[in-house]
Amino acid sequence: MADSSSPTYQADRLIAEDIEAYLEQHQNKSMLRFITCGSVDDGKSTLIGRLLYDSKMIFEDQLDALEADSKRIGTQGQEIDFALLVDGLAAEREQGITIDVAYRFFATEKRKFIVADTPGHEQYTRNMATGASTADLAVILVDARKGVLVQTRRHSYIAHLLGIRHIVLAVNKMDLVNYDPAIFEGIVAEYQTFAATIGIENFTAIPLSGFKGDNVASAPSANTPWYSGPSLIEHLENADLSNERAQAGAFRMPVQWVNRPDLDFRGFCGLITSGTVRPGDAVRVVPSGKTSTIKSIVTSGGDLDEAVAGQSVTVTLADEVDCSRGDVIAAADDPPQSSDQFEATVVWMNDEALKPGRGYWLKLASQTVSASVREPKYEINVNTLDHLAAKTLELNAIGVVELQTDRPITFEAYAESRALGGFILIDKITHATVAAGMLHFSLRRAQNVHWQALDVTREDHAALKNQRPAVLWFTGLSGAGKSTIANIVARKLHRMNRHTFLLDGDNVRHGLNKDLGFTEADRIENIRRVGEVARLMADAGLIVVTAFISPFRAERQLVRQMLPPGEFIEVHIDTPLSVAEARDVKGLYKKARQGQLKNFTGIDSPYEAPESPEIRIDTTSMTPEDAAEHIVRHVIGGW
Amino acid sequence: MHRLTHLERLEAESIHIMREVVAEARKPVMLYSVGKDSAVMLHLAKKAFYPAPPPFPLLHVDTTWKFRDMYDLREKAASDAGMDLLVWHNSEAQSRGINPFDHGSVHTDMWKTEGLKQALDHYGFDAAFGGARRDEEKSRAKERIFSFRSNAHGWDPKNQRPELWNLYNAKMAKGESIRVFPLSNWTELDIWQYIMAESIEIVPLYFAARRPTYIHDGGLFMADDLDRLEKVMGRRPEITERSIRFRTLGCFPLTGAVESEAATLAEVVQEMLLATTSERQGRVIDQDDGGAGMEKKKQEGYF
Repeated sequence: MADSSSPTYQADRLIAEDIEAYLEQHQNKSMLRFITCGSVDDGKSTLIGRLLYDSKMIFEDQLDALEADSKRIGTQGQEIDFALLVDGLAAEREQGITIDVAYRFFATEKRKFIVADTPGHEQYTRNMATGASTADLAVILVDARKGVLVQTRRHSYIAHLLGIRHIVLAVNKMDLVNYDPAIFEGIVAEYQTFAATIGIENFTAIPLSGFKGDNVASAPSANTPWYSGPSLIEHLENADLSNERAQAGAFRMPVQWVNRPDLDFRGFCGLITSGTVRPGDAVRVVPSGKTSTIKSIVTSGGDLDEAVAGQSVTVTLADEVDCSRGDVIAAADDPPQSSDQFEATVVWMNDEALKPGRGYWLKLASQTVSASVREPKYEINVNTLDHLAAKTLELNAIGVVELQTDRPITFEAYAESRALGGFILIDKITHATVAAGMLHFSLRRAQNVHWQALDVTREDHAALKNQRPAVLWFTGLSGAGKSTIANIVARKLHRMNRHTFLLDGDNVRHGLNKDLGFTEADRIENIRRVGEVARLMADAGLIVVTAFISPFRAERQLVRQMLPPGEFIEVHIDTPLSVAEARDVKGLYKKARQGQLKNFTGIDSPYEAPESPEIRIDTTSMTPEDAAEHIVRHVIGGW
Repeated sequence: MHRLTHLERLEAESIHIMREVVAEARKPVMLYSVGKDSAVMLHLAKKAFYPAPPPFPLLHVDTTWKFRDMYDLREKAASDAGMDLLVWHNSEAQSRGINPFDHGSVHTDMWKTEGLKQALDHYGFDAAFGGARRDEEKSRAKERIFSFRSNAHGWDPKNQRPELWNLYNAKMAKGESIRVFPLSNWTELDIWQYIMAESIEIVPLYFAARRPTYIHDGGLFMADDLDRLEKVMGRRPEITERSIRFRTLGCFPLTGAVESEAATLAEVVQEMLLATTSERQGRVIDQDDGGAGMEKKKQEGYF
């Protein structure tokens, strides 16, 4: 094996002879996070295993186990299979592949390294985006025998998309091509042409053998006298760090938590995402725009004179200004913007595809808001980088979308700030993290459309009608009896001098929603619009009765959240599918069974029953008249 | 430019994680095992919420078989931090007399795995900080910082949430809970360096001293409570005084000692750096079921 005893990592002598000096040296290391991209075939795990091995991160007992494993299940014959060091979960070990992101640690005398190790097979996008999100540098492995492949392009694109500025093209397995410089240079030239097309301005190419160790710790290896660049380790030790670059930016600290142990102390806690802060600095709280100055930077070891990007701090302000979790404390003369409509690139990470129009939680820095995503402008084929038309985004798809939040959020373009431009989307029901996104810019519309305050308020409207507004939201299968019962309810309330309005599914589709079909996305938009109309009518003081199948929990939840607490009354008209199908008043089930109707709820499209509706009507045990009476009593009885 | 060291960056990350949990979880708790990693985690919590005490209690899931030095430091550390200390004993394990000699891995399962679930359910905690690190063991390299557990505290490796940037999704349904590992990105060396840099108090057993020892099943152990040992083992083990220390701390009959002269922090770190065996080797737990032992335990709800 080539020089694994490079002075860069082997500190044994200093440890043994002068531990104090060694520790002193190691107290002042910096830290670099990087990602390795490539498939098992590129020798990626072998390279990482070698980095751990060479930097003495492997103990004798692990080495013994490794030697035994190498003989039993290794792929390198009788030689040590370094790849086995970095494979973790039992199932994956048996399959011989890694299927998730694993984090590895090693250190040299200059730096501590955190390596995100992600797989190169088809499920790569989600995992690689995750690993790349925290990395400053990407090592893109290429097998010298194979050159630049489709996956090389894919990895480079995702690394660049996630904002990684340092790209290393590691041309591995040089030992298998006799260390031929012509092969190396050919690969570099090909990669250069490609890299320029996706906006990678520069990269560092290193000829390597992870297996033999050439140019890993020191360079040039005796086998590559023609190579004049740094070894991989040297390059990793000297790449500049994003947290240091961020110090030059304007001050920003998203507020995570307000510390109020008593009435005299009010500290704002957060991680500084850019810039530097000192007592006396003028700051602005965004989005309120209130200004103040930094009074102190508080720590248990005494107040600080200065804090910088990358530090978690607690600051106090000179004035009593409103400031809470989700706000950003920023340089007074250079604050970030707020908006509620954006264009963004989104990486979809869940088995359940994007539902345009559905409300998701969006988390950006310490802000969590409700957001809906419109139909994608286009999807990006990560292999060819072509733009494709798309109605949705499936697992591992990357697309450009427009999205809208329910209130303004403070942001910066991702290209300017990972911390204020990167976000995740969370499913409101399952709570899964379904997507990661990178904001491009605010759509100007939001900045020009302001909410108009009205002189006659919703309370005034309700008071004049002498009633409390409500939305009686009927949901259930087609043919369950929603329209029938809703009509009786509206009639009864009307007779009791209540001001009502019935929004019926079929009727709305003749007008307001006649442009919508019955795909999942259209059905979501259908309900969103009806929800907005119902809200406007409730604002006007009416008791709104709606009769829509509204099959998805998430959309009903969305409408619930549009209204003040207590005004949304979910009425589940609960009729078993077999009963509704037997009734088949409109003959629709028959058509659906014959395949003439697509996306029919209960047949080839799901119905998600309410988990705890305010009212549940079992139509197999109640007449429509009794059901309506029950509902009316619930509505009126509460007043 | 102010260059941040790796320890400063690790500290900032851990503090950020703790504050996110406190801001988003309903009822957090910090699991405190009295070991060196717990000591670092507690120290970071104090820093994160200074000048207030950390706004959550400490929970020690006890087996009654810890070293006496550990019990002493446990009380002191909690009171120094101004935090409530909750101690949980699995009453079933207690009444059935489950002990490390007669019951082997059942001891760990009943006292720790079951005990932890019981304690979390009893108090209704929805987020529990733990001091596990990714460098400890292979299967942990892939563990998330926020690790989701089902109603029954099960851990499903296929059903974990992707973690991007430093955005943690702490949304939970009723009955679900999260284990949060603020020290995920620390290595053993980082822990020691931080203990030195911040003068953090740790259990004296980490430093070498002459202590009463006995050999059992080929391992070197300390006779922390000889009378109790005798009662459970049915004989009085042969005691020899040796200069020993511990690289990791657990139940005294299960935690192997190493012969050592390292009596200062610097010497301990020196010994660790020159060591040829990995940290957890002293613990019996990992060696069950071959290399997959820890992973299986995790799926069953062990931390």
